[in-house]
Amino acid sequence: MGSGIFNEESTLGLLRKYLPEQLPLKDFVHHNTLHAFQDLSFFEAMKESAEMFGYQTLPGLHEYRGWFKSGKIKEQNLDKVLANSGEQEEINSLKSRLLNENLTQEFVGKTGALRQGWKKLAKVNLDRQVHPALFRVLGAYLDQGISIWKFPDRHLSFLEAIRKLEHDAHWGLFRSPRVKNMLAENKFSMEGLLDILVADPTLYEDYLMDILFSHPGWSGMVSVLEEKPHSLLYPRRISLKELILFELLLEIDALDRKGGTNWKPLGTWIKEKDYQVPEPKDQGGLFKQLSYFQEAMEWSFFDEVLSGILVTHNKQEVQKSTRSFQALFCIDDRECSLRRHLENIETEASTYGTAGHFNLDMYFLPEGAKYLTKVCPVPVEPKHIIREHARVNKKQKDVFLESASHGAVGGWVAASLLGLWSGVKMMKSVFVPSESPVMVSSFEHMHPDGEIEIDFRGETDKAGNRIGFTWDEMADRMEALLLGVGIRTRFDSIIYLIAHGSSSINNPYYSGYDCGACSGRPGSANSRAAAQMLNHPEVRNRLKARGIQIPEITWFIAGLHDTTRDEIHFYDTACIPAALQGRHQEIEGSFQKALLKNSRERARRFRNVKLSWSDKRIHQKVKTRSYSLFEPRPEWNHANNALCLIGNRGSFNHLFLDRRAFMHSYAAEKDPDASVLAKILETAIPVCGGINLEYYFSTVDNNRHGAGSKLSHNIAGLIGVVNGIDGDLRTGLPAQMVNIHEPLRMLFVVEQNPDLVLKALQLKPRVFQWVRKNWVHCVAFDRREGKFYRITEDGYNQYIPDASSRTIPANKDVWYQMDDSLPIHPVK
Amino acid sequence: MNSNSFIIAFVLIPLLSFVLSLVLPARKENLIWKFSFASVLIQGIALVSFTFYWGGNGFVPMNFSEWTLYQSTEYKFVIDFYFDAITVVYLLVGAMVSLLVIKFSGYYLHREAGFKRFFNTILFFELAYQFTVLSGNFETLIMGWEMLGISSFILIAFYRDRYLPVRNSIKVFSIYRIGDIGLILALWGMHHLWHQNVFFLELRGFGEVEHHIANQPAFSYFVALSILMAASAKSAILPFSSWLPRAMEGPTSSSAIFYGALSVHFGIFLLLRTSIFWFHLDGIRWLLAALGTASAAIAFLISRVQFTIKAKVAYASITQIGIMCVELALGWNTLVLIHFVGNAFLRTYQLLVSPSIVNYMVRQQTYSEGKATRPSFFNYGHLANSFYLLALKEWNLDAFFNRLIFRNVKQFGKRLDFFTPFNVVFILLPFYLIALLLYYYRATLPDTLVSWMPEILGVVALLMVFKAFSERIYPRLAFGMVLLAHFWTYLSISFNHELSALQMQFYFGGVLFGGAIGLLVLNRLRMKERAFFDLNNYYGHVDEYPGLARWYLISVLCVMGFPITSTFIGEDLLFSNIYRNQFVLAVIHSLIYIFGGIALIRSFARLFWGPNLKPYFSKALKSA
Repeated sequence: MGSGIFNEESTLGLLRKYLPEQLPLKDFVHHNTLHAFQDLSFFEAMKESAEMFGYQTLPGLHEYRGWFKSGKIKEQNLDKVLANSGEQEEINSLKSRLLNENLTQEFVGKTGALRQGWKKLAKVNLDRQVHPALFRVLGAYLDQGISIWKFPDRHLSFLEAIRKLEHDAHWGLFRSPRVKNMLAENKFSMEGLLDILVADPTLYEDYLMDILFSHPGWSGMVSVLEEKPHSLLYPRRISLKELILFELLLEIDALDRKGGTNWKPLGTWIKEKDYQVPEPKDQGGLFKQLSYFQEAMEWSFFDEVLSGILVTHNKQEVQKSTRSFQALFCIDDRECSLRRHLENIETEASTYGTAGHFNLDMYFLPEGAKYLTKVCPVPVEPKHIIREHARVNKKQKDVFLESASHGAVGGWVAASLLGLWSGVKMMKSVFVPSESPVMVSSFEHMHPDGEIEIDFRGETDKAGNRIGFTWDEMADRMEALLLGVGIRTRFDSIIYLIAHGSSSINNPYYSGYDCGACSGRPGSANSRAAAQMLNHPEVRNRLKARGIQIPEITWFIAGLHDTTRDEIHFYDTACIPAALQGRHQEIEGSFQKALLKNSRERARRFRNVKLSWSDKRIHQKVKTRSYSLFEPRPEWNHANNALCLIGNRGSFNHLFLDRRAFMHSYAAEKDPDASVLAKILETAIPVCGGINLEYYFSTVDNNRHGAGSKLSHNIAGLIGVVNGIDGDLRTGLPAQMVNIHEPLRMLFVVEQNPDLVLKALQLKPRVFQWVRKNWVHCVAFDRREGKFYRITEDGYNQYIPDASSRTIPANKDVWYQMDDSLPIHPVK
Repeated sequence: MNSNSFIIAFVLIPLLSFVLSLVLPARKENLIWKFSFASVLIQGIALVSFTFYWGGNGFVPMNFSEWTLYQSTEYKFVIDFYFDAITVVYLLVGAMVSLLVIKFSGYYLHREAGFKRFFNTILFFELAYQFTVLSGNFETLIMGWEMLGISSFILIAFYRDRYLPVRNSIKVFSIYRIGDIGLILALWGMHHLWHQNVFFLELRGFGEVEHHIANQPAFSYFVALSILMAASAKSAILPFSSWLPRAMEGPTSSSAIFYGALSVHFGIFLLLRTSIFWFHLDGIRWLLAALGTASAAIAFLISRVQFTIKAKVAYASITQIGIMCVELALGWNTLVLIHFVGNAFLRTYQLLVSPSIVNYMVRQQTYSEGKATRPSFFNYGHLANSFYLLALKEWNLDAFFNRLIFRNVKQFGKRLDFFTPFNVVFILLPFYLIALLLYYYRATLPDTLVSWMPEILGVVALLMVFKAFSERIYPRLAFGMVLLAHFWTYLSISFNHELSALQMQFYFGGVLFGGAIGLLVLNRLRMKERAFFDLNNYYGHVDEYPGLARWYLISVLCVMGFPITSTFIGEDLLFSNIYRNQFVLAVIHSLIYIFGGIALIRSFARLFWGPNLKPYFSKALKSA
C-alpha cells in the first residue's frame, strides 16, 4: 500500500479548508461563507469557486440590468468602472455588450463530476443507497437531545461506536460479509478502501471531494466538531477521517449488495469507457461583465454615502458644550437608527459605538446553569467567569414539548386527555399571541433580579478559569474600552453602556440575531459587568494613575436593548447615586421615545403594521413579532448591511443611513501611531465583513450558500436544520433572513489620514488581506482636508464621489412605505 | 333554510372558494389569505349553527341524496351525503385546524414564491375534506378520498424545485394509491353484497348487515380486508408507516394540518364509518387489534430514536393511531373520537412549535440537573442494540416498499420492451382489431373463450400500464400506453356485459379529452426541449413552461380517472359490471386503475418538477 500519489493527511487538510464552517445552532455566528477562497482576490474567487462547485457567486446579468434600469446602478459609476477596467474595447461598445449581450452562467461545477461516473457508466445511484443510512447514523450519534433513546456507546469515537454497535447487535448496518469483516477486524484504511472503490490513485482526492460535497452540510458539521468538540453540550468524538471511512464502507456495502464483490471499480469503468470527466466551461467573459456591474452598483451606493458625509461632517467639528450624558452602544447596524433618534431627542447627548462585549473576555455563568456561556468574540479564549447569583425566577415548562408526550402511555394521556387543552392553547397562541416559555427572550439571558460578581476572590473552576477579574485586570480592560472609543478626558455625569439582544420564537437561528461580539448571545452580562467595574473605586483609582480621570459624580449605567421588541432594561438602577436618579429617569423617558421612533422606522418593512397608526400602536405590534409562532421574520436583523463607519459620531450623525451601517467610534487625533485603530480594525473587519459576506452569499445563491426557505426546515439533533427527514444539513442563512438584502460588499470608512489607515492595516496582515483582496472596501476620510482616499493593494488614491444622489421624494409618507432601501441623504 | 341546503353549502362553499381562489391575482397576498380565511370561517359558523340545530332535533343521523349522475335499471351513481356524530366531530376539528392554519400561513408564507399555490391547494384540500367526511356512500367517499391524495401530492412537493420533496410526493402518492386498491375493491364488493348502491345510513340496520354477512362470509371478509387495506395506507398503519415522516417536506404549517391533524386520521375515519359492517367479523377485529398493537409498538420504538423533531412527532402520532385501532377493535368508538381530536390538536401544536425545540431544549439542558444522563431501561445489551439499529432503520419499512412494489414492477416492466412504438402500431393495433371483431361475433365463439376474454384483455391492459410505469425514456410512449390501456379495459368489460352508449360517453369523454391535450402538451414540450425530454431524470420544466405544466396536470387527471372527471364515473360503471365471482378480473382492473395513475403522475413529476436540470439554472443540491 501507499502509492505515493495519494497523501491522506494533505488531502484531509485540503478538504477541510473548503467545507462550511458553521457551528451548531446554539452558537450560530456569521462568517464569510467562502472563507476558503480568501487568498484570492474577490472576483477571482467568485469565478474560481463557481467553477469548482457550480455556485452562483454574483447576481445574474438580468438582475443587474434591472438595477441599471431602476437607477440603483448609476450610469456614471458604470462608466467609471469600465474606464478603469483596462479593457481594450471602447467604453460604449463594452457597455452596450454589458446591457444586451446574451451570456448565461452555467451552474455546473467540477465537484461531483467524477463520482457521477457511477451513475453514468455503472448505472448505480450511490447517493440514494448511502445517504439515508449515513445521515441517520451520523445524526443519531451527534444528536443533542431530540431522540429519547440515544446512540449506544456514544462516549466512544464515531467509528468505534459503530463498530461496537455492529458487534453487539444481532443484525447490522452493513450486509456485505467483506465489509462486516473489515469493520470487525478493524482492518481497513482510507487508501485501502479507495483501492477497492476507485482503484486509480490519481482520482482519490477528487473522489473524496465529491463524496464530502454531495452533503456539504453534514461534512462541514463533522469538520467543525472535530476541531471544536465543546461547541456541543454533550461532546462527541468524531473526525472527518472517520466520516470518510464510514461513508466508503457504506459505498462498498451498497455495491456488494448488488452482486457480490465482483463489481468493477470506478477507475476501471472510466478507463474502459474512456470517460472524460466533464470540465466546467470557461466563463471568464461573463464573470468580467458581472464584476463590472457589481463594482458599479457598490460605488453607486457608496457615492451617496460619501458625498453625504462631505455635506454633514463640517457641521459637527465642535464638541458639545453643555454636558448631558454619554451612551456607548454596540457597533451593530441595528443600533444605528436608535442612536440617531436618541440624539434627536437629547440633542446634547453623545453616543458612541464599540464592540458589544465591552472589551470583556469572559464567560457568563447564570445561576443554576451547568455550562459556561461564552460572551466575547469567537476567536477570543476567555479565562474569566462572571457568575450570577440570587436569581429568583423559575424556568417555565411546556408540557407538550416534553418527551413523555411522544411515548405510548404518556402520549395516550397527552392526546386523549390533554389534547383539547393543546387545541385551546394553540388557538390562543395563533389568534392572540402572547409571551410563552417556548420563546427566546433577550432579558432571560441574565435576569434583572439576579446579581453578578465581578471581583476575583481566589476562586477558579475545574478548567482553571477564574471567577471574576482582579482590579488591575479590570482597569486594563476598561482603559482599552474608553480609549478605543476616544473618551479620555470628557466624562458626563451619566454614561450608559447599552448592550443588545433579540427575542424570538420558532427561530432556530436565534443566536445569529444576538450580539456577534458576544458569540451570539445578548450582551447584558458584559455591559453590566463593565458598568460595575467602571463604578468601582479601586478601578477608578487605577485608571486615574494611567491618566484617565473619571469624575466623582460620573456614574455608569448598564442596559440591554432588545432589537426585536425595541425595549430597554437598565440594570442596578437602585445603586445610582440619589443625585442622578432624577436625571436618569428623565433620560429613560427619552430612551423610550427614541425606541418608539425606532420601531416606527423599522415598521415600514413589516407587514403587520400600518404606518398611519400611532407610534404606541406600532410599537405594540412590532413587539408581537417576537412571540408570534407564525412570524418567520421577528426582525430583519442585519439585512441590507453595507457600511462600517469608524470615526467621530459628529461626522455622520446628520446622515440618514437607513440602518445599514455598523458604527465604531474613533478619535483620530488621539491616535497618532494608529495603534488604537489597528485594534479596532482587527475585530471590526473580520466580524462586520463576515456578517456582510454571509448575507451576500446567502442572497446571491440561497439554494447553495443559503439554507433555502426556512418554512420547511426540520430541526436535526438540536445542531442544525434539514429539509424533510432525509436531507443534508443546511448551512447559511434562510431565505426569510435575506429577502430584502442588497448584495453589496461592505465599505469601511475610516476617519483618519490615509497613511495612518494604511499603517494600521499593515500592522495586521491577516486583516489587511480582506482589503487587499477586495473582500471589503476601505476608504480613509481625512476630515481636515475633506478628502477621501481609497485603500487598495498598492496603497491609496484619492477618491472623488459623484454627488448626484437618487431623488428623495418630497412626500416622505409615501417614501417610508417603500419596501426597497432608501437613498442615503443628509437630514436636518 | 332546510337541512339539505345546509349540507350542500358545506360542499359548495369550499368548491366555490377553491374555484374563485384560482383567479385571484397572485401578487395580492392579503386578498388571497383573507379570502381563504373568510371562506373557512363562514363554513365554520355554518357548521356550528347547524350542529346546534341538529342536536336540538335529537342527534338523529341524516342522509341526503343530492345528485344522481347516472342511472340505469341496474345501477345508479349518486352523490350522497350523510351527517352523524362522526361527521360532526371530524368537521369541527377540520374547521378549527384549517382556520388556525390559514391564519398562521398568511404570515408564515409572506413573500414565498408559491403563496397563491399554497392557498389554492389548502382550499382544494378543504373541499376534499368536506366531501370525504360528509360522504354518504362509497362513491362519494372515493371522490373525496382521491382529491385528498392529489392535494397531498401537491403540498408535499410545494418546494417542487428540490429533489427530495418531489421524490417523496410521488412516494406518498403511490402508497396512497396502493391503499386505494382496497377502497375500489371494497366498493365493488359492496355492490355485490347489497346488490345495489350502499349508503352508510343503511349499514346501520344491524339486522341487515348481519344477514348479508351470514349469507356470504368469505365475500364479507374480502370486503372488510379491502377496507382495512385502504385505512392502513391512509393512516400510516403497518406496513405503510414510513410515508408519514417523509410527507413532512412542505411548509411546517401544511405538514401540521395534513399529516399532524387531518389527513392521517382518515383511515380511522373510514374504519369508524364502516365499523358497523366489519365489527361483526371477529377475524377482522383480531387482525385490526393486532395491526394496531404492532403499529403502536413499532412506531413507539422508531419514534424514540429519531433525531429530527418532525420525524419524532410523526412516529409518535402513528403510535397513537395504532392505539386507536385497538380501541376500534374493542368497539370503543366514542373513545376513538376523543382520542382522534386530542391527537390531532396535540400533533398540530407540536409541529407548529417544532422550530422552538432548539432554544427550549438547550435551556432545559443548561439548567436541569443531570436528568439527561439517566441510563436507558434497556441498558444496551445485545437485544437492545439490535432493536436500536432496527428502529434507526425504521424497521426497513421504506426499503421494503421500494423493493416489494416499485423495484419489482420496474424490473418486470423492463422485460416489457416488446412495447415499442413500432410494435404498438403493428402488433397491438391489429390484435385489438381482432379482439373487436371477436366481440361483435362473440355469439359464435365458444363459451369458455368468451368467459376468459375479459381476463385476457385485462392482462394485456395491465401489461401496458406496467410498461408505462417502468418506461424511462419516452414520455409519449408512457402516456400513450395508459391511454391505450383504457381501450383494452373497456373492451375487456364489454365481453362481460354489454355497455350502453351513455356509459361509453362517460368513459371516453374524459379519456379522449385528456389524451388529446396530453399528447399536444408532450409534443410541444418535446419540440422545445428535445435534449431535456425523457423520464430518466427530473427536469423541472415548470419554471419555464408553467402553462404546459398546468394543462398536462389536467390531462393526466382526466386520463387517470380522477373523480371530478367523467372518466371516474365511467370507471365506476365498469367496475359495477364485473361479476362477483370474478375476483381476478376485479383485481386486474383495480391494478390497472392504480398503476396507470401512478405512471401518469410520475411522468408529470419527472418532466415538470424537480431541480431544473438546465445548466443555466442555479439549483439546490440533490441531498438538500
